[in-house]
Amino acid sequence: MKSFRGKTLSWQIRDGAIELLLDRAPCNEIGLETLGELEKFASALETLETEAHALIVSSARREGFSAGADLRELYERSRPLGATERVAGVRDFLERIHRVMDALDRAPLVTIAAVHGVTFGGGFELALVCDLIIADKMARFCFPELRLGLIPGFGGIPRLKRDVGNAMVRDLLLTGRSIHATKAQSVGLVSQVVAEGDALEVARTTAAQIGKFDRGTTIAAKRFIKPLPRDELRREIELFCQLFTRPAVEASLKKFVESREALPYLP
Amino acid sequence: MNTLDETTNEILELAAAHFHVPREQLSATDDFFKKLGINSLQALDLLTRLERHFHIELPDYELRDVSDFRTLAERIQSRL
Repeated sequence: MKSFRGKTLSWQIRDGAIELLLDRAPCNEIGLETLGELEKFASALETLETEAHALIVSSARREGFSAGADLRELYERSRPLGATERVAGVRDFLERIHRVMDALDRAPLVTIAAVHGVTFGGGFELALVCDLIIADKMARFCFPELRLGLIPGFGGIPRLKRDVGNAMVRDLLLTGRSIHATKAQSVGLVSQVVAEGDALEVARTTAAQIGKFDRGTTIAAKRFIKPLPRDELRREIELFCQLFTRPAVEASLKKFVESREALPYLP
Repeated sequence: MNTLDETTNEILELAAAHFHVPREQLSATDDFFKKLGINSLQALDLLTRLERHFHIELPDYELRDVSDFRTLAERIQSRL
């Protein structure tokens, strides 16, 4: 499928780059519907990558790149279930999203996340899958999961550890604070910080530059530089499922979903 | 270094310009959520603009109980 328009995302090939555009209100929360369409994309990638040298992931939502996992859906779907079924459902979701993330991570083309605004939780994890992050100067990055009694579950910790020092990993995880694009660039997470509204255009220019190089060499270099942290990814799923069974998590999810607080996105 | 009044004024100027509210309608003791009509995502946008304007990092958890411009200015002032 060279192009696709679904309910939560679309893709097309433009100037030798695949452009994957997230578009689900309010801010690209990743639930079952988005997961299903991401799986469709991952399946199509094998064909698409023969016609493109780069992949750009971006968002059509004004609010940002992605606010992460759809916590409302997670809460509503797991609430009526018993503990065993609840963990089984979460594990199935995590296994599926990890397969998608891993496919994007090791795809034999250069992947670029063009981000703006809120890039939180699972949205941050999707950006971390990419080889380069190009950030609008108004982008904010955050792992808020610990406030729910959880850890990031879409592969975020091993990938963050792959890219930055452990002190920064601890800062982001243990405080749950969000950081702006310039800070993210200063710690090595972001490749380029660009003017408001320019991330996608700069990603296209970058993709065009990458297209000038020999494809085989680029893929060999990527495989050498960016190994998939398989063992840690598996351990992250196990730890997430272990934590998810605790009653405190259900209480935290309920509080978040039902919150009328002015700042539910703050830790 | 800015005085607290100067910092407050700069915040009010920036908020008025970005959220298209006449500056004269904003005062230091206003609740910025109500006065600007913003939600939590827009509050994060305001935080990013303030961090960039003042060249500081302000951890967002410090804003949890802050809703008026003057207290926001105090938080920023402590980082200048």
